[in-house]
Amino acid sequence: MSFAWAKQYEPQSAFTKWLDEKLPLPRLVYNAVGAGYPVPRNLNYMWNFGVLAGFFLMVQIVTGVVLAMHYAANSEVAFGTVEHIMRNVNYGWMLRYAHANGASFFFIVIYLHIFRGFFYSSYKAPREMIWLLGVVIFLLMMATAFMGYVLPWGQMSFWGAQVITGLFSAIPMVGEPLQVWLLGGFAPDNAALNRFFSLHFLLPFVIAGVVILHIWALHIPGSSNPTGVEVKQESDTVPFHPYYTAKDGFGLGVVLILFTALVFFLPNALGHPDNYIEANPLSTPAHIVPEWYFWPFYAILRAFTGDLAIPFTSIVLIPAKLLGVIAMFGSILMWFFLPWLDKSPVRSGHYRPLFRKFFWFGLIPTMAVLFYCGGAPAEEPFVILSQIATAYYFLHFLVILPIVSQIEVPKPLPFSITEAVTGKDKPAE
Amino acid sequence: MTIRLGGIIAGLAITAVLVLWSLVPGFMNFAFGPAPEQQPSYAFYEHGGGPEGGFSFDGPLGTWDVAQLQRGYQVYKEVCSACHSLKFVAFRNLRQLSYTEAEVDAEAKSWTVPGIDPNTGENTTRPGNPTDHFPMPYPNAIAAAAANNNAIPPDLSLITKARHDGSNYVYDLLTGYGEPDAAKAAKVGFETPAGLHFNKHFPNVNIAMAPPLAIDGQVTYADGTEATIPQMATDVAAFLTWTAEPSLVERKQTGWFVLGFLLFATALAFLSYKQIWAGMKPKKK
Repeated sequence: MSFAWAKQYEPQSAFTKWLDEKLPLPRLVYNAVGAGYPVPRNLNYMWNFGVLAGFFLMVQIVTGVVLAMHYAANSEVAFGTVEHIMRNVNYGWMLRYAHANGASFFFIVIYLHIFRGFFYSSYKAPREMIWLLGVVIFLLMMATAFMGYVLPWGQMSFWGAQVITGLFSAIPMVGEPLQVWLLGGFAPDNAALNRFFSLHFLLPFVIAGVVILHIWALHIPGSSNPTGVEVKQESDTVPFHPYYTAKDGFGLGVVLILFTALVFFLPNALGHPDNYIEANPLSTPAHIVPEWYFWPFYAILRAFTGDLAIPFTSIVLIPAKLLGVIAMFGSILMWFFLPWLDKSPVRSGHYRPLFRKFFWFGLIPTMAVLFYCGGAPAEEPFVILSQIATAYYFLHFLVILPIVSQIEVPKPLPFSITEAVTGKDKPAE
Repeated sequence: MTIRLGGIIAGLAITAVLVLWSLVPGFMNFAFGPAPEQQPSYAFYEHGGGPEGGFSFDGPLGTWDVAQLQRGYQVYKEVCSACHSLKFVAFRNLRQLSYTEAEVDAEAKSWTVPGIDPNTGENTTRPGNPTDHFPMPYPNAIAAAAANNNAIPPDLSLITKARHDGSNYVYDLLTGYGEPDAAKAAKVGFETPAGLHFNKHFPNVNIAMAPPLAIDGQVTYADGTEATIPQMATDVAAFLTWTAEPSLVERKQTGWFVLGFLLFATALAFLSYKQIWAGMKPKKK
C-alpha cells in the first residue's frame, strides 16, 4: 500500500527495465526506503532509532559471523579462543569489542525506540501489528544477547547461564527436568555452550526475518508522527529519500561517534571484570549480575522475596522464586496487550496532559530505579526500592494507563501535520 | 473493555502479592530487624589510588613506556613467575617490547618448557622457542594449591582486566602489605588468620600470597633504575597491563583515526541534511 501521491519507480536503463520485469527488487527498495515511501514531514529525532536498530543488527551479524570463524564452542577451549581472537587474529580485538559494545548499543537504540513508542502511543490502531512484532523482536534480542554472553565462558558467562536457566526450575513439577533438558546436563557445561552457540548464530537471522515483517507491517499504515494526527494530504508528507535518508545519515554519524568512543577508548566499561576469569564451577562470584541491559528485569525478578502463603499457616501457594519469574516475563509480555489497555483516541503524549505526567514522573523514574537496583547487590535499601518500583511498573501499564485513557481530557489536536508544521492549513475538501 | 478490566485486575493482584508478601515483611525486617553483621576485616580495607602520577598508558592519548614494560617483565620473570603463570602470552610477543629477534630467541631459551623426548617419547623438558607460551610453574592445579596453603595463584595474563581498575589494583595490592592498626585491631578483636597476610588493599584484607616485593633492590634493573618497592610494583603493573591487552595503544591510536573520519563524515551528513531540508520547516507565526 501507499498513499495515492507516492512517487512511482521508473526504471531508466535497459538493464533496470529488464530487472524490473524479472525481479522488481529495486522497485521494492524504492517503495520501502526510497522516494516511493511518503513519510510525515514532522518526524523528530526520536524517529531515527528504527533505522539505527537495523544498522546495529547488521553490525552484530557481520562482526559475529567473522568472530565465529575464529571461535570454538567447547568448554575446554572457548575462553582461550576468545583470547586468541584478541591477541592473534588481525584486528580481532576490534571485531570483538565492536561486537560486545554493539550489543549494548543495539539495546540502547532499541530502548529509545520502545520509549518513543510508549510516549507517542505508536502501538495504537492501526499500528498494533507493528508493535506486536516489535515486542517479539525484543524478546528474541534478549534471548540472543543472553546466549551470546555465555560464549566467552568467563565466570559471569557461566554463573549467568546457571541463574537464568535456573529460572525454569521454578516452574512446578516440570521445572527441574526442564532445566536439565535445556542445559543438556545438571550444570552449564559443554552441551549447554554448544547449543547456546548454535542458537546464538541462528537467532539473529530470525530477528532479521521478523524485522522484515515489522517493516512490512509499518508500510501498511505508514509511519506515525509526533502529533499523532494521521496523514491526510500530500503536503503532510515528504518522500523518505532524500529527506529521511539524509536525516538518518546524520543520526547514524552521531551514534557511531559515541559507539567508536566506547569501542576504542572504554571497551570494557560496560562489561564485568569477572568475565575475564575463566569459568569455574567451584567458585561463585560475590555478586552475579547480568549485562546492564537486563538490569531492570533482573530487579523485578529479585523484588519478590516472600512466598505467597496463606497467612498464619505454612501452606505456600506460589514460592517467591516462581512469583519473580512470572513477574519478570510478565513485565514484557504485558506489552503485547498495550494497544488494548490504552484506549485514548489521542496518540501523542504532547496532547495528553495527565498521561504525560505519569510518563515523565512515573514510568521514567521507575525504570531508572529498576535499572539501578538490578545492577546493585541484593541488599537493603535496593530490595525495598525495587519492590516499590516493580509495584509502580505493573500499576502503570495495567491500572493507570486504562484509567487515564478513560478520564483524561486531551488538548485540542492540530487539524493536520501541515498545520502543526507551518501554523496554518486549509481544511481539505 | 474485557482486556482493560482484566489488566486492572491483574495489575492490582500482582501489586497486592508484591506488597503484602514481599514489601511489607521486608520493610518490617529492614526497619525493625537486627542490623546486618559487618565482618571486622572490612573496617581495615583502604581504597588505593594506584601509583603516583598514574601510568603512561592512562587516558585516550596514553602510550606504552617500553623501558618500563621491560623492567616489569624482569620483575615478573624474577619474582612472580615462581608461582604465577602467563599462559596466554608467547615469547614471540616480547618483540612488541622492542626486543630484537635474537634477543627474543635468547630470552625464550632462558625458560624451560615441557617437551617430549624425540627418541623415547617420554615427557621431558627443553629450552623454550619464541612460539612457546610462558610455562606453567606447577604441573596442575592440585600441585599449585598444595604448594600455596590451598590458594591457587591465578594466571596473570588477564589480571588487570579481571579486576576493577586492574592496573591500579595490581600496584595497590603489591604495596598494600603491612600491619593493621594495632589499637583498632584490639578494639574489634581483629586478627589476621594463620597462614594469611594482612594487605589493606585486598578486598577482605587477608591474602594468601606472602609479600612478593619485600625489600627495595629485590631485582637489579639492567637500565639502572632504582628498584624501590613502589617502582617495581608500578613496572610490573604496567607489564601486566600489556599482557592483558597487547593491543591497548594500537586500539587508542586507531580510535583517533576512526573518530576523525566520523567527525568529518558526520559534519558532511549534517550539512547535506540541512541543505535538503532547507525551506521545509517554515517558522511558526
